[in-house]
Amino acid sequence: MLETDTFKLHCFQTLTGIKFVVLADPRQAGIDSLLRKIYEIYSDFALKNPFYSLEMPIRCELFEQNLKLALEVAEKAGTFGPGS
Amino acid sequence: MTVHNLYLFDRNGVCLHYSEWHRKKQAGISKEEEFKLMYGMLFSIRSFVSKMSPLDMKDGFLAFQTSRYKLHYYETPTGIKVVMNTDLGVGPIRDVLHHIYSALYVELVVKNPLCPLGQTVQSELFRSRLDSYIRSLPFFSARAG
Repeated sequence: MLETDTFKLHCFQTLTGIKFVVLADPRQAGIDSLLRKIYEIYSDFALKNPFYSLEMPIRCELFEQNLKLALEVAEKAGTFGPGS
Repeated sequence: MTVHNLYLFDRNGVCLHYSEWHRKKQAGISKEEEFKLMYGMLFSIRSFVSKMSPLDMKDGFLAFQTSRYKLHYYETPTGIKVVMNTDLGVGPIRDVLHHIYSALYVELVVKNPLCPLGQTVQSELFRSRLDSYIRSLPFFSARAG
């Protein structure tokens, strides 16, 4: 995790070498669980999708929908200090 | 909680000082190469941070952590860089690094007419004061944690 005064960069690397990188507000909480949730969404809606080929850009609507939902939940769930 | 080591660099990448307290594993390369590697990495991270920052930066890169250690960074407007590696339990220590710069480096090295700048600090006084300061820190434990 890399920390600056304007953002925090979190990285989650899976056992297969896939890297999930999130840039967030330094006060944002719950990023570790968010990263795992994103991994879950990736494996459910991209990897299990028969029309998706590995190493290609992901153009799966359900993936994007669920990702957006997870991000909204994480944003609402927690910041330390005043939200913007 | 403990301090592993400390580096001091000037604006040209010269390593002015290096001290070690608790280091379980060496880098496997010579000290000279290690200093170049550290400086190069910090240079790249600073450039990366300034490009990726979503807002205007004030202080810039502060710290990074892995699952095993945390690297704290402080840079002065004159390009002097203080880098400290600690274990994970340590929080923001920007003021500690600033103290190392202002009360130790500036007072004992810069203001010393016998200390040439731009090269490794030879001053024994600086070395011993720095050592006692680090050992006095609340997050330093003498037992390697």
